[in-house]
Amino acid sequence: MKQKNNNVLPVMMAPRNRQTDPFRLKAWHGVVLASIVVLASIPAFAAEEPTRASMFEVLVRWMPLLLQGFVFNVVISISAMAVGTITGAALGLGQISLNGWVRKFAWITTQFFRNAPWLVLLFFAMFLLPFEIKIGSLIIPLPDWLKAIFGLSLPVMANVSEIVRGGVISLPSGQWEAAESLAFSRTQVLWRIILPQCVKRMLPPWMNLYSILTMATVLASIVGVSEMMTLTGQALAAEGGRTDLLIPFYSFVLLMFFIYCYPIARWTIRLEKKFAVIN
Amino acid sequence: MEAFYEWARVLYDSTGINLPFIYDSYDRGRMIDGFFTTVKLSVICLFFSVIIGIIGAWLQNSPLKWTRRIVNGYIQLFRNTPPLVQLYFFYFAIGTLLPKVTNDYGGQEPILGGFTWAVISLSFFAGAYNVEIFRSGIEAVPDSTIEAAEALGFTRLHIYKDITLPLAFRVVLPALNNNLVNLVKTTTLAYAIAVPEMLYEANQIWSDNVNVTEMMIFMLLTYFVLVGILVWGMNRWERALKIPGFGA
Repeated sequence: MKQKNNNVLPVMMAPRNRQTDPFRLKAWHGVVLASIVVLASIPAFAAEEPTRASMFEVLVRWMPLLLQGFVFNVVISISAMAVGTITGAALGLGQISLNGWVRKFAWITTQFFRNAPWLVLLFFAMFLLPFEIKIGSLIIPLPDWLKAIFGLSLPVMANVSEIVRGGVISLPSGQWEAAESLAFSRTQVLWRIILPQCVKRMLPPWMNLYSILTMATVLASIVGVSEMMTLTGQALAAEGGRTDLLIPFYSFVLLMFFIYCYPIARWTIRLEKKFAVIN
Repeated sequence: MEAFYEWARVLYDSTGINLPFIYDSYDRGRMIDGFFTTVKLSVICLFFSVIIGIIGAWLQNSPLKWTRRIVNGYIQLFRNTPPLVQLYFFYFAIGTLLPKVTNDYGGQEPILGGFTWAVISLSFFAGAYNVEIFRSGIEAVPDSTIEAAEALGFTRLHIYKDITLPLAFRVVLPALNNNLVNLVKTTTLAYAIAVPEMLYEANQIWSDNVNVTEMMIFMLLTYFVLVGILVWGMNRWERALKIPGFGA
């Protein structure tokens, strides 16, 4: 029997956040998970020949390289986020421009890159950008990872554009009118009144997007950038394709991303609650 | 139709724009197969992810503490790890542990193929988001409605199936659409385990014909249209199911 609030009328209400989060991962959960992995691997461990190194020795041996790969993933994600945020903010402001053509162009660009799959955009950047740019006698090489950053920043740009537009239109129009009545110019209204208020609202979806982008950096392995997934595949190949190594290695990759992304997700929820508009 | 095929060949001869998936019957067959594999993969994953979402949301409201915790653990695990690594984990790590079967030609092949693993992995991935989406919808159903149903002697399952879910479904439809669009875009990942979907077939064609630019632009446009159709259909459905006086 539920007996929470008796003074609520029997009509549909807007979705509300759960007040207390019933479950939160703590350090000892990690210990439990790790021990499950260890226990699960015992049958495979017992069956192997004594001459071969145990799977944990192998994993520890490769760990520095894999962690280097993970750092590369993080670098790619931060750079793509930076590029995507700057271009996306410009595109988002374009979507609320007073000029009809600018607005249309920004809208179409945003929709196009938002609806295209990330992998297709990555292929697009990988295969269609030249491997070097010649400006007069100056030759700028474009290595794979730079192209990957560009390819990943395209969908980020479109999503940031939508976040900016959503943030601006979520403000009550009274803000605009009040600012106009105080004789601020449009630029001043936007930069001094509207955008500072929007930043708070845009932060949680922006962080969400960053988390999604970090998880998408693995896609770069399909097009041959030597990030964590590629290095994992190479390490597995170097060990001679032992099937008992597959689960520990792939679990390790999953674990690294989980350790990085889970705190971001928790923090996002905290910020969302903090900035939530209380009716 | 033949004239259209010929037009593509003339286009290639006169301008160098190579569209073999129109004029070449073999490439055309591959492209069409790829398109239908993408559609099939999307539809099956949509179906299973919604089922996972519905069951998961029901279990999340379970009175048993550990059921709730396991469901939450599943959601957090699948939401915070890359879908591509999940796919690799299922296909390479778990797939190799399963027994092999003998096929018609006498060779050994894994019991579950790439397509099946793609369905399993992507359904669980999208399902994790769907559970949270359905939960938010279920919380929007007022307690008094559920109390009224309890007073009429409905069981927990019946309340969920006949009262909570139909109401919640209308509330969550926009969020659900968003996630389903994302799922269709994520089916491209099946490329990585050689499922012959659209991107994979396009890759085969551009490897044979060296026309990366044309194929890439065609891919972008095709996905744009495919997702556009899905969004349009879902928006219509949303409007048809709208509860008057509720929501923006």
